[in-house]
Amino acid sequence: MSDLKQFRAETRAWLAENCPESMRAPVKSDKEMYWGGRRGTFKSEDQKVWFERMRDKGWTAPSWDEKYGGAGLNRAQEQILKQEMKRINARNPLPSFGIWMLGPALLKFGSEEQKLEYLPPIARGEIRWCQGYSEPGAGSDLASLATKAEDKGDHYLVNGQKVWTSYADQADWIFCLVRTDNSGTKHQGISFVLFDMESEGVEARPIKLISGKSPFCETFFNDVKVPKKNLVGEEGQGWNIAKYLLTHEREMIGESPLSRSLSEMAVQQTGTVDGKLPDAFLRGKIAEAEIDDWAMSMTMARMLAEAKAGASLGANSSMLKYYGTELNKRKFELLMDAAGHDGLEWESERSEEGNLARTWLRTKGNSIEGGTSEVQLNIISKHILQLPGA
Amino acid sequence: MALVLNEDEVMLKETAEGFFANKAPVTALRKLRDERDETGFDRALWAEMADMGFAGVVVDEDNGGVDMGFMAAGLLAEQMGRNLSASPFLSTSVLAVTALRASDNAEQKAKWLSAISSGEAVMAVALDEGAKHNPAGIQTRAEKSGNGFKISGAKAMVIDGHVADQMIVAARMDDDQIGLFLVDPKTSGVDVERTIMVDSRNAARVEFDNVEVTGEALLGAGDEVLNKVLSAGRAVVAAELLGAGGAAFESTVAYIKERKQFGKIIGEFQSLQHRASHLYSEYQLARSAVMASLSALDEGDEMASKYCAMAKAKLASFARLAAQEGVQMHGGVGMTDEYDIGLYMKRIRVLQELLGDASYHSDQLAAQNNY
Repeated sequence: MSDLKQFRAETRAWLAENCPESMRAPVKSDKEMYWGGRRGTFKSEDQKVWFERMRDKGWTAPSWDEKYGGAGLNRAQEQILKQEMKRINARNPLPSFGIWMLGPALLKFGSEEQKLEYLPPIARGEIRWCQGYSEPGAGSDLASLATKAEDKGDHYLVNGQKVWTSYADQADWIFCLVRTDNSGTKHQGISFVLFDMESEGVEARPIKLISGKSPFCETFFNDVKVPKKNLVGEEGQGWNIAKYLLTHEREMIGESPLSRSLSEMAVQQTGTVDGKLPDAFLRGKIAEAEIDDWAMSMTMARMLAEAKAGASLGANSSMLKYYGTELNKRKFELLMDAAGHDGLEWESERSEEGNLARTWLRTKGNSIEGGTSEVQLNIISKHILQLPGA
Repeated sequence: MALVLNEDEVMLKETAEGFFANKAPVTALRKLRDERDETGFDRALWAEMADMGFAGVVVDEDNGGVDMGFMAAGLLAEQMGRNLSASPFLSTSVLAVTALRASDNAEQKAKWLSAISSGEAVMAVALDEGAKHNPAGIQTRAEKSGNGFKISGAKAMVIDGHVADQMIVAARMDDDQIGLFLVDPKTSGVDVERTIMVDSRNAARVEFDNVEVTGEALLGAGDEVLNKVLSAGRAVVAAELLGAGGAAFESTVAYIKERKQFGKIIGEFQSLQHRASHLYSEYQLARSAVMASLSALDEGDEMASKYCAMAKAKLASFARLAAQEGVQMHGGVGMTDEYDIGLYMKRIRVLQELLGDASYHSDQLAAQNNY
């Protein structure tokens, strides 16, 4: 225990020393963050300094081995680092699909050569990745994907279309699910490949969302050549990797995006009369949501503790994703109720360019992306409750 | 915060599962009900619970208890909830014990804690007075009278009040603080009316008409003592709701895996699958809320009373949903006395109400958080 105490003390001291003041405040949008990559730009000198210090420490991907660009922290140490960063509101120095998603997949399914080739540039923020999963005809039913990869000897020839590719217009490389075989069931014949977005035949077009923002693209592949060494795992075994990655994604989406409590934000919007929100009905609904929010955070803490004790999260990741995203939507509906007319402003400086309204709209996607709520309920029905025909 | 059980707790859980399933299953409650048992619980069972250390689970070892903490008390309550086991555990071993342990009245404390651990004494705590839980609105008075007090007022929903050997009565003192007083129900001026409730369990309406007690009867005064009793009670009631709601949920899932209609097992219908899966999710949140509140009590966490209140609110909502979905998914047989699901619905309704329902605690939470 004393080792961990010492680690906490050292981490706290290092962060106090090295995290610039301006990096200790929440960001208003993804755009303010540094995402790395060939075209990555820093928005301020502080941001650059903060990123470089964390990178040099291996703390952009703290749990990865040092040879892969990380710091080799164990689970408990990683948790402490997270807690200490949260304590001073330190920003994530490098939000990255490479760190969150591709990294865990490569560590589990990739060859040593692939790990050494791809992981360090991710941890150093040099290469930015996007994910090619969904297709126009393969959304909730992801396994019916049709993007074709033909065997051409030393390479595959990839043709097809992906959709909902996050930041495909800004990413350098893509990890992509393709169909290498049509003869078996739909879950068979899927492979997991990596390729450069600058390859000939790749085109990404942003999709404008109801929030007015465009974090996603439609991505087209026209005779894209992908060397065979870029196949991760075995040919035809890509579905296992996809499932593993979706579990990671679900855990991320289930987290709450609010930096302050729901009631504090509501009080700021509407004020109080005799110490109470003026609308008694709304007040009650906010209290209920706060109780659920607490129970949800205790559930995430409990499942983390169980995982540490050796239990597998399994299909409970679907439960966390389902409940967390539905709760998010509920909370933002309540915030919009509390904000009233003010929350409807879309372009004013007063509303920070409609920040609340845009975030409210964005939460609607949480229960769709990474598998809809209905798909999560199907997974719980099948794998946990073992209901027939699920 | 401890959100996973330690080894001792895992052992206790396994012991409790076997004990209550064998000694106090739902059929035992049916028997008590159908025979119109005068006590409303089985005294032989209570004696066995004392032998097992359950009666003194949160009593210190000097007074004959096993002092395993509230997490352990919650594990026992969960199993009682699963089996609808009737006993004076909540009234005596949780509410009364917490009041006694918070007291600095050493003599009374030692005497009654030992009597509870050994199973000799059944005690009832008389808190509420009206139709709804409202500790701030207690009107029963305890006026100073010589070296002692004179208590007057009317209490309702005094759990196990019909058979209590001793009562602990919450009454407002001359300085308006709430004091907790030991009262022997045989004292002149005490009138006890047994009330058989919807769940076939027992409570009492108790009237106090100038009941004289000595100064020694005062266990303690002030919000802190009362809050300790309320918090412990809320967390343990929440744990019992976890058991009752969990059993209702599980038996319902088992039922929809068997029942056939339209040539199909009804559990194949997605409308039922999604509702069952939603309920499963609520069940997981409910378990976390219960464990967090019990653990906070054991650790003396400053958030303990808030956690206990939130857990009570969350569990009331979860178990209500489990009971309602349970009866609905059982269909017609869910309305019959023969099936147990209705008995769960009745017990859950009572537990929802005890020590504050979800609305009460939501309102209190909002007030405490300044909105």
